[in-house]
Amino acid sequence: MGVTDTIKAPEAGTPIEEPRVRDRADLARQVRLVITFAITLALLVWFALNIENTSVTYVLGERVTVDDKPKELTTTWVSWGAVVVSAVALVLAALNRFPRRWPGALLALLVGITFYLGFLMWAYADQGGAFQAAIANPIPGTMRIATPLVLGALAGCLCERAGVINIAIEGQFLAGAFFASVFTSVAYSSLVFIPVALCAPFGLVGGVIAGVGVAAMLGLFALRYEVNQVVLGVVLVAFASGLTAFLLGQIPGSEKDTFNNPQILEEIRIPGLADIPVLGEALFNQTILVYLMYVSVAVVTFLLFETRWGLRVRSVGEHPKAADTVGIRVNRVRWQAVLLGGVFAGLGGAYYTVGSTGAFDRDVSAGTGFIALAAVIMGRWHPIGATFAAIFFGFMWNLQNQLSFVDKLPVELLGAAPYLATIIAVAGFVGRVRPPAADGEPYVKS
Amino acid sequence: MSETTTTQEPVAPQPKPSPGASRWEAWLPTVKDTLGAIVLALLVGALLIIFSTPRVIESLSYFFSYPWDFFRYAAIAVWDGYSALLDGSLGSPGAIVRTLERAAPLICAGLGVSLAFRAGMFNIGAQGQMLVGGILAGWIGFHFDLPVGLHLLLALLGALVGGAVWGGIAGFLKAQTGAHEVITTIMLNYVGRFLLLYFLAKESFQRPGQENLLSPPVADSASFPSILGVHTGFFVAVLAALLIWWLLERSTWGFEIRAVGANPDAARTAGMSVARVYITAMTVAGMLAGLAVAMQLLGRQDPLGDQIAGTIGFDAITVALLGRATPLGTVLAGLLFGALSSGGLAMQAAAGVPPEMSQVLQALIVLFVAAPALVRGVFRMRDTGQASTVMAKGW
Repeated sequence: MGVTDTIKAPEAGTPIEEPRVRDRADLARQVRLVITFAITLALLVWFALNIENTSVTYVLGERVTVDDKPKELTTTWVSWGAVVVSAVALVLAALNRFPRRWPGALLALLVGITFYLGFLMWAYADQGGAFQAAIANPIPGTMRIATPLVLGALAGCLCERAGVINIAIEGQFLAGAFFASVFTSVAYSSLVFIPVALCAPFGLVGGVIAGVGVAAMLGLFALRYEVNQVVLGVVLVAFASGLTAFLLGQIPGSEKDTFNNPQILEEIRIPGLADIPVLGEALFNQTILVYLMYVSVAVVTFLLFETRWGLRVRSVGEHPKAADTVGIRVNRVRWQAVLLGGVFAGLGGAYYTVGSTGAFDRDVSAGTGFIALAAVIMGRWHPIGATFAAIFFGFMWNLQNQLSFVDKLPVELLGAAPYLATIIAVAGFVGRVRPPAADGEPYVKS
Repeated sequence: MSETTTTQEPVAPQPKPSPGASRWEAWLPTVKDTLGAIVLALLVGALLIIFSTPRVIESLSYFFSYPWDFFRYAAIAVWDGYSALLDGSLGSPGAIVRTLERAAPLICAGLGVSLAFRAGMFNIGAQGQMLVGGILAGWIGFHFDLPVGLHLLLALLGALVGGAVWGGIAGFLKAQTGAHEVITTIMLNYVGRFLLLYFLAKESFQRPGQENLLSPPVADSASFPSILGVHTGFFVAVLAALLIWWLLERSTWGFEIRAVGANPDAARTAGMSVARVYITAMTVAGMLAGLAVAMQLLGRQDPLGDQIAGTIGFDAITVALLGRATPLGTVLAGLLFGALSSGGLAMQAAAGVPPEMSQVLQALIVLFVAAPALVRGVFRMRDTGQASTVMAKGW
């Protein structure tokens, strides 16, 4: 047995790649990892050493409620456990033994989570405020904030995989938000066609119609009139922002209830799934929009990578001429992708009115369409990658919201944190990305 | 990563003699397309005015008995709206001054976006570059007590340095790590905003005895002097456009920028440092955005607050696009948008048309300018070839 073990070991572990010739990229990777983990470790040690009162409170739900009383937690174990994890990662990286591919990604994720926990311990310990804030579950807020970003990013992925640059996600959000609000309000105030409970979901229809409307303009000008698509996207955002503000101004104050005072989507608890501890309540007690987001990610990924249509979309985005040669109608496929993208972007826009706060306000989506665009690029034009990028952003944003009750960090630094984190992530780890080869090029049959 | 297309360049002088005639001919399609686009945008705008006027809507209810009422009221509404627009932008010396003052920052920031476009980069970050430039310029402007000329120069320098640093970061990140400038400039916009808010919360940035996030206006010694009511900052903006034209069309650096913008791989093969071009182009683009905020702070003497840049940083993109990323075009586009924005206010006051109207008009103009095929189709113009310049076309 001993003999077979020694023979087997190299096969099961790292394949025969011991005498590697190390190129510059490999060296750069090691340097990057060592620097990252060194900084992580230094910060974690600093966090751990700067806690005086080692008791913090936490709840598993999103906020402290009567049923969900804060529980005590001693920070010492968490803080030093996090230090150990990043120390191990640092040693592995220094010895160039940090795993590659998905084990590496998992280990990096583990370091990230423990860093987050170590940071939380420091942030919530020794609070000087009037009341003691408790650490709360970050997942529900993350998912809510990420929902429109994911949907917008899916729209971006669909368009750009087909070779049409979509900078107008923000415009689709605005149009979707406005018309979702109008549809719900009108449906509610007339009470004729639709039962009250379905008014808010009916707003989603309005959002989708508006999103597809902006997408149709994108398609018309990009595909029919061959307008420069970067120009077009910027212009459509300005147009949608101006038009929705203009239309909002047309609603007189007395008619506000009829046109711009929507019901808000209610949370639907999925029995069974919602009973999973910690995660269940967070993921499966959300509005229908969030569930639609889950489904959309799966649908878009499946469509793009498992169906004939998806293959066509990707081919017209990479090499339209070749696609045309084998009989694919380039512009028709592009039209389909752009319009389908409009569906998702319109749904995402609906989040900003019926999905969250209610009434439409001028520029209600506040530039998040551009964040979704950034998520598309960060996710390298892949729906799953873009989804993770969007969730990362939602997580940072939610963290900022939760930490605003704690006075350890200046408000402005917290506010800038999601954006700084994105810059660091893009500059440090994503780096050069390769867009679909024909992205932004109109196809003219010759 | 940016792919660019280059066709005929209207601004570049033709190599052949008799420059007057041939240059005009090269210009003609551009001018025609642009004018056609403006007219078409005004027509669509007229529809919006018609259907947002209550009296016109009311007259629709009895359209079939008195159709004449509808057309009469509609015509009156459109006439009122557009004459107020013209009046408010060019109708009086005061209106012209307002137009020029609104055009000045648009021209500067638009030049910054144009320059980045020519280098093949899409600079969405004029907003953040303005804010960071504003922190320095404002602080120098209201915090210090310096002699007249020197104070203005230093405050102006502050604006340029602040903008240059913020733009330079995006250029540096693109050159060194390949981080896409669209992402980094968007993010830097937000970071710049929070940086400004951080400083505005400091006591030395606030008016004495007040808590709100608004600084005092800059000292008179740090402001641009006025000529005939127009602050001289406007002329600085025009000078900046001239300088950028010279740099782009006549200098080695400008040649490198255009080469990198047209094809970075070819430029690299030819021995140019693409990284250096990215960094310097974004730095200068940031400087121009800084100059734009100087127009607001040192020209109009607006107090420094988080609204100091308004939407100028984003309008600058449309200005640059309408100006086809050339300095002269940017100046003209800036003037047009300045007129629309100052006329938009008058339109609201005199004719009750919402001020968002001018934003819609701006968007439509650029949209139609970018779609010459549509404009030519509508006005039955003859297709006289494409008239565009080097511009970022893809990622």
